[in-house]
Amino acid sequence: MTSLFADFLSSLSLLNVSLAFMGVLAGIIIGALPGLSATMAVAVLVPFTFSLNPSSALIVLGAVYTGAIFGGSWSAILINTPGTPSAVATTFDGYAMAKNGNGDLAMSVSCMSSFVGGIVGVTCLALFAPPLASISLAFGPTEYFWLAILGLTLISTLAEGDNIKSLIGACLGLLLSMIGISVVGGDMRLTGNISFLNSGIEIVSAMIGLFCIPVILDLTSLKGKHLTESESPKSLRLVEAFSIMFKNKLESLRGSLIGTFIGILPGAGGSIASIVSYGEAKRTSKKKDNFGKGEPEGLIASETANNATVGGGFIPTLCLGIPGTPPDAVILGALLIQGIKTGDTLFTQQSDIVYTFIFGLALATIIMLPLGLLMGRYAYKFIIKVPKEILIPSIIFLTIIGSYSIQNSILNVYFMFFFGLIGWVLNRAGFKASPIVLGLVLGGIAEQGFVQAYIIGNAQEAILANFFARPISIVIIFMITVGLLYPVFKDKFFKKKKLAHD
Amino acid sequence: MIKLKSIISKIIASSIILIMSVAYANAQLTNIIPFGPGGESDVTARLQQKYYKEMFNEDMVIQYKPGGGGAVAWQTLNSEKSDGSLIMGANLPHIIMQPIANKETAGYTTSDLNVFTFFHYTPDAILVEASSPHKTFKDLVAFAKKNPGKLTLSGSGTYSANHLLTIQLEQKAGIKTTYVPFKGTGAANQALLGKQVEGSAGYSTVAIQLGDKARMLAIASDKRLPAFPDVPTLKELGYDIVSGAYRGYALPKSASTATKKKLSDRLMKINADKNFVKTMEDGGYVVINVGHDQVDKFMVEQKKINESIAKNLGLIK
Repeated sequence: MTSLFADFLSSLSLLNVSLAFMGVLAGIIIGALPGLSATMAVAVLVPFTFSLNPSSALIVLGAVYTGAIFGGSWSAILINTPGTPSAVATTFDGYAMAKNGNGDLAMSVSCMSSFVGGIVGVTCLALFAPPLASISLAFGPTEYFWLAILGLTLISTLAEGDNIKSLIGACLGLLLSMIGISVVGGDMRLTGNISFLNSGIEIVSAMIGLFCIPVILDLTSLKGKHLTESESPKSLRLVEAFSIMFKNKLESLRGSLIGTFIGILPGAGGSIASIVSYGEAKRTSKKKDNFGKGEPEGLIASETANNATVGGGFIPTLCLGIPGTPPDAVILGALLIQGIKTGDTLFTQQSDIVYTFIFGLALATIIMLPLGLLMGRYAYKFIIKVPKEILIPSIIFLTIIGSYSIQNSILNVYFMFFFGLIGWVLNRAGFKASPIVLGLVLGGIAEQGFVQAYIIGNAQEAILANFFARPISIVIIFMITVGLLYPVFKDKFFKKKKLAHD
Repeated sequence: MIKLKSIISKIIASSIILIMSVAYANAQLTNIIPFGPGGESDVTARLQQKYYKEMFNEDMVIQYKPGGGGAVAWQTLNSEKSDGSLIMGANLPHIIMQPIANKETAGYTTSDLNVFTFFHYTPDAILVEASSPHKTFKDLVAFAKKNPGKLTLSGSGTYSANHLLTIQLEQKAGIKTTYVPFKGTGAANQALLGKQVEGSAGYSTVAIQLGDKARMLAIASDKRLPAFPDVPTLKELGYDIVSGAYRGYALPKSASTATKKKLSDRLMKINADKNFVKTMEDGGYVVINVGHDQVDKFMVEQKKINESIAKNLGLIK
């Protein structure tokens, strides 16, 4: 215990605190710019950390990562464009709130939610890392397949409006996810001999196009302001935000736990965490009908979950040497260069480094709260105050820079505009972007899981057993069945009740 | 309030400048990594970065151009500057296998890349999870002989070094295995540790990353690795296989011989540094010195090996 306290103190050194501060600050800015992802933010800073001692280096990387995941919510709320892929679900209610004149409230709620999620994730990392790491190992290809299917069943809950159109959108997303060289088998699929497509559809530029371009086009063609100005622009509406958070304390906790849990599954990541959390929140909420129209609960669900994946993702990274999320892969590389060996021994033999890092991550999350609230207010005011003539070109400029920087390639920019046009046309026809993106993200996971499970099952001469007889798979299949059948039963039950009343 | 605002905007501006300056200060040698951050190409380039600055007082600026398993970057190399201010990572077996496997869409041929050095490789390795009943490589081969096709091995990608190792092993040991490709080394390792597969066709670096959670049974290097003195090479075990992922650098075709020589000499000088070699070896990397004068011969040998595997896979008729 005394040594833990010493680790805590060493994380509080002036150097570490200022590094955490700078890290969060830089992270928020990078995360808020569409296209500049958390992975990029961390990668740019890695050489800078070589001159630091291992725990300070880890703290600054962790701080940038935390800040960037939170920063992604800003552009999601203010311009309907997820700054990082993990903020997709934040657009659903965040942007709607901003449109309704609650943008400042949304910024505050998102910051507080990110704080709660971040703290829960870090706490799980500090207390339960080794047991949670072993859970992540129980997830094989079969479980990833079913998990992706579970995610796909959420489409009906996620999207507002026409269910059939959402399903068609999701199918389009699944089809898009198959483009490129398949991981299993190495076949070239649907590329039309365009070599740029060999690596598949680049999700971030597709996402910027699908979400952001329709907003810009609407902004240009419609009269009126971008967002409705808040009635009380002077204050941060902190009290209101806090009371919303307090009212939804259980929902915040649920989102954080879902985020942590999905974070420990390597390859799943923040985007799936926030989508699953949002879907769960909507399914169980009393205010179900408000979701997608500016319901703070939806924003809370998404933002608690994606920031919880930060702590969750470090669990397999540190315990197993398997990066939980793409930014973790970069941090793992930096760790190896610093001479730190991951694994169980890290928590016993080099525990001082690990716990200093964990406290540092907590510190960064705590710094994020006031800093995020303060900066968020200016970002909001800027977007509200700036005239459309300046706002529109600025956003377009950012989307171009953002898409270009993903692979340092102009092709990504063309690609982004191409998807933007598709997104705009589909939007006009009543198709939303989110089911397409969901299909695109989950398609690859579902397909690889299925084929790998099939190959392994085939080798063991037990294909069916490999799909249907594994304990965790059975639980997920049960959840899928309940999710799909619940609305049907509920409708019948309610109809009977209504009839009886009549 | 106005004061606060100006302070905040100053902080923001200065941190942006800081980030920019970290990335672009004194740009001298641009090193384009044809993959995303965090992989072996990135990690080893970042190790070189420090020595490059110390030895030649020039910055090595690392940029990423991922996509298509490297192909997106390799297609564009010849339109880049050839004055020696830019180099691009070049990996084997990628630059040989991709043009064979995806003739129409790879977008480049092997000879398009003006490879001037290979500085290290990560040997392929056969690993099992720590509690596996297969104690030695012999046990594993015996299991595979008894149960044809039941030996499942996870690995990273199709037609990758991992995949090619299993093909060579099948040929030389007369066994039948089931290779299960995953997206990246991390996912393949997860399947290994989770006992979803019997073993893994991975890299020496995997054994370092996974520590005592996994056991390396054999390694496809020329000699035993200093970090693993007890792990036999496949050669020792009677299978003449040296295989792995080789990493080097290429220039655009129009680069002069002098430029090639200068950059190759510089990278070979880093390779000769004791501390550099030590860090690399501790990480499971094997430093090799294939300079500009040996690289052509080396490529011919590698091409021969990979083409014979490709024939076996039916990719070349």
